[in-house]
Amino acid sequence: MISFFLRRLGVLIPTFLGITLLVFALIHMIPGDPVEAMSGERGMDSARHAQLMTEFGLNRPLPVQYVDYVFKAAKGDLGRSIVTQESVMREFLDRFPATFELSLCAITFALTIGIPAGIIAAFKRNSVVDYGVMGVSLAGYSMPIFWWALLLILFFSVQLGWTPVSGRIAVEYDPEVVTGLMLIDSLLSGEPGAFRSAASHLILPTIALGTIPLATLARMTRSAMLEVLGEDYVRAARARGLSPLRVLTRHALRNALIPVLTVIGLQVGTLLAGAILTETIFSWPGIGKWMVEAIHRRDYPVVQGGILLSATIVIAVNLIVDMLYGVVNPRIRHQR
Amino acid sequence: MNTSNSQLTVAEEGISAPPSPLAELWRDFRRNRGALIGLTLVGLFIFMALFANWIAPYSPIEQYRDSILAPPAWVEGGKAQFLLGTDPVGRDMLSRLIFGTRLSLLIGIISIGLSMSIGIVLGLTAAFSGGKTDTGIMRLMDVLMALPSLLLAVAVIAVLGPGLMNAMYAIAIVQLPAFVRLTRASAIAERSRDYVTASRIAGAGVLRLMFIVVLPNCLAPLIVQGTLGFSTAILDAAALGFLGLGAQPPTPEWGSMLASALEFIQSAWWVVSLPGIAILLAVLAFNLMGDGLRDALDPKLKR
Repeated sequence: MISFFLRRLGVLIPTFLGITLLVFALIHMIPGDPVEAMSGERGMDSARHAQLMTEFGLNRPLPVQYVDYVFKAAKGDLGRSIVTQESVMREFLDRFPATFELSLCAITFALTIGIPAGIIAAFKRNSVVDYGVMGVSLAGYSMPIFWWALLLILFFSVQLGWTPVSGRIAVEYDPEVVTGLMLIDSLLSGEPGAFRSAASHLILPTIALGTIPLATLARMTRSAMLEVLGEDYVRAARARGLSPLRVLTRHALRNALIPVLTVIGLQVGTLLAGAILTETIFSWPGIGKWMVEAIHRRDYPVVQGGILLSATIVIAVNLIVDMLYGVVNPRIRHQR
Repeated sequence: MNTSNSQLTVAEEGISAPPSPLAELWRDFRRNRGALIGLTLVGLFIFMALFANWIAPYSPIEQYRDSILAPPAWVEGGKAQFLLGTDPVGRDMLSRLIFGTRLSLLIGIISIGLSMSIGIVLGLTAAFSGGKTDTGIMRLMDVLMALPSLLLAVAVIAVLGPGLMNAMYAIAIVQLPAFVRLTRASAIAERSRDYVTASRIAGAGVLRLMFIVVLPNCLAPLIVQGTLGFSTAILDAAALGFLGLGAQPPTPEWGSMLASALEFIQSAWWVVSLPGIAILLAVLAFNLMGDGLRDALDPKLKR
């Protein structure tokens, strides 16, 4: 198990270095130099320009700058935002819990509906239920989520007035930040309406962000289930006279869920990409909204740091999923 | 004995009438109702894109200042000359949507064309050279794959600056790894086949082996990926347009049309819902067609 883990980790190191190189190159590929980009449209006199170049260490040879960047990044120093002068790492850590909470709710939403729907569709293959589930998930899979989010707002917030339109909690509540997760913090604050308010703010963004993972999971579960249901061991279990439910839970489901696990890991990327749109629409103060704003303000250190950290999360989660995969399925562990 | 007899007839029939690969593909494709719906929709979109100049009642950027935010014709207060209403500066929605089709298809064709051709060259190079070149190319693809799709596109836009052309480059880069990996995987599988060895012995050079001998036999999965990638390209371009990082106004791009109408979401539903429906239908059409093609081309799923 340990050698399996180390092997996977070994493959990741070049990938990770590649990402740092890409992110480093990002700021040097911008037309002009970073200092010019920071100064914006107005420009800047050459003395100040030269001074800033030295200050940021941009006069040194590129390889030296790159190595410096990697070592600083390894220590968590990703530079400072040009706009707020705040440390990029600090800004990221302030915003990450919001994105984490939203993503966690979205994937829970996707799992609790997607997997059962996929199982039912596989069991009732070619029935009305199957066509219904597949049709809806195809639509969900093709849905432009920014538009879907607007439709949700239009219906539930504007027409029915059931849910708030933006933010994480109503302004009158201001729970103390303990975990950074609004649902937990609002409960801890002990104020009666705070939790309700936090939960109602989460509903629409959760649905908007969870729709694509939901559709993907339903499709994947169905096809994995169909494959397993045709296997000899399932037929054998049926022949032994086990009830359909027992065949499902004890024999089919366990094996069908192995490929589904990988798909769940891949959804992290989908969630982070989707967060860019969802957070922008719902004014959700997470890392997606933070990065879009940074691009519009040409705040390059933030863009750089945000991309690096998001990629790190994706890599880390997929490594964990790989590990779990090895635990669930011993055959994988012993392959080269 | 009866069985062996009937098997013989089946075999004979098989020999007497070998269906051409295309006919066979069409036969399998036609059975899939979803795929046919997708194909029809795609055909309709292509028609609208090609003949936008003749179909669209007005120019997509002409502003009719006397009818700003006119609702669709069938709604109370709608005007008959603006079938789907007008937008916040009085442009005809229907005309903008029709011209938007042209733009979306163009985005798909350019970004997928770019991505697929570079992907094929890189994938074949990786498969045929092996060793360090192979590892290098595949590691680079791993790096691109580690970044969530829209995030990578946003990063590219951060360097190139917002705009329609740059959005297409960004989408091409995002989709590149899929094409490289697919090409490499199928080229490696084909490389050791007898027909490749035969033409190598006959004196074919590496380039000929790559592009004339092996490539045609790797096309099936690439076509499927291209079709499915087309829908992702349309979706991502709309998302970038929505974020203000893709097509810029007054270009009638569906995503940026949506973004510019956001403030009217409560008062004028048509400016927000119609472009979204257009995006959804286009993406759905290409997904349906891609799924149908995959089922028809994948021998594992056949019967």
